[in-house]
Amino acid sequence: MDLVNIFLTAVGIENMALVFFLGMCSFLAVSKKVETAMGLGMAVTFVLLITTPLNNLIYTYLLKEGALGWMLGPEKAAGIDLSFLAFIGFIATIAAAVQLVEMTIDKFSPTLYASLGVFLPLIAVNCAILGASLFMMDRDYDVAQSTVFGFGSGLGFWMAMVALAAIRERLKYSNIPPALRGLGITFIISGLMAMGFSIFGGIQL
Amino acid sequence: MDNETKEVLKDPMLIKNPITIQVLGICSALAVTTQLKPALVMTAALTAVLVCSNTIISLLRNKIPGSIRIITQLAIIASLVIVADQVLQAFAFDVARSLSVFVGLIITNCIVMGRAEAFAMANPPGKAALDGLANSLGYGLILVTVGAFRELFGSGKLLGHTILERAADGGWYVPNGLMVLAPGAFFLIGFFIWIQRTLTPSLNEEA
Repeated sequence: MDLVNIFLTAVGIENMALVFFLGMCSFLAVSKKVETAMGLGMAVTFVLLITTPLNNLIYTYLLKEGALGWMLGPEKAAGIDLSFLAFIGFIATIAAAVQLVEMTIDKFSPTLYASLGVFLPLIAVNCAILGASLFMMDRDYDVAQSTVFGFGSGLGFWMAMVALAAIRERLKYSNIPPALRGLGITFIISGLMAMGFSIFGGIQL
Repeated sequence: MDNETKEVLKDPMLIKNPITIQVLGICSALAVTTQLKPALVMTAALTAVLVCSNTIISLLRNKIPGSIRIITQLAIIASLVIVADQVLQAFAFDVARSLSVFVGLIITNCIVMGRAEAFAMANPPGKAALDGLANSLGYGLILVTVGAFRELFGSGKLLGHTILERAADGGWYVPNGLMVLAPGAFFLIGFFIWIQRTLTPSLNEEA
């Protein structure tokens, strides 16, 4: 039940893009067409699913206070707290994972690679990915929980992004004041979408 | 000061503002602006990181091999952010708590990466530092304005001091709850972009 709870919270109530504003740069920049939004959403979900549990393992077995116990023995490890290295450790994992994912997809599915190609390197600096790892650290999730959390956050981001792209495709036919076209109206629409998402706000699972 | 330097300093504040024109660093601009104080602290942290990272990357620009430049830049930026985070936790613990993950997210703040890629890799250190300063000021300008608006109209306060007496405390002002929630931030920045582009029509986008 706990896992279902984490999953649903990550998808809706605490949507990465619309509630925590993470991954905004790509959310706004790559949402002009539904097709590209699908591609990026898929890539983000995939990378989140891999990096969040991976970073969780790194944090639990290398960085947390006393985490080196399995290597040095509990007495020696007790005073070692490397959690300040979390940022650099996480970002290195993410960059490496993105690189690996890129190479794997290139090898096994060239069609998917061609459609994602441009976005994959961008993902390394997508705040949603690092954000998920940092939230995971803040909330002390274990491996299973962080896998579910990573997947749920990715799915929520994907959904929000495709929805925004679909609305923006429609906007072409509307008569918007010239100064508001493009970025301005996109912000206002995201605001309306965020209002929509806040209906999940009070739900206790 | 020659003209070029002036442009480097002036452009990012107005016509090339990182948030409203370049669409960089939006995440933190929206997330830390429910109150003025975190917005100010965030601006200070970003300024420190951006100026240092631009300078260091610019110093190393001829030594970094092209194929691994992204990860090199990330390593430099991440180390600087760790320093900023530790300083904040040591001297301003409350604010650091309220910024939660967003200090760490300076690493992936597109402004830092964007300026490193676009400016620091191609310019000498002095100019890169100026560019970093100017961009963080342009970022701070938006952050502080949005933060001030949201705190003033959302809770009737500025930096924690009551400006508009709230109805609940016996005053006359009924706080606008939308301001402190996520949508309020989107609307405010949307309106800023609208105003800015109405004043400078050359920035308008097609479609």
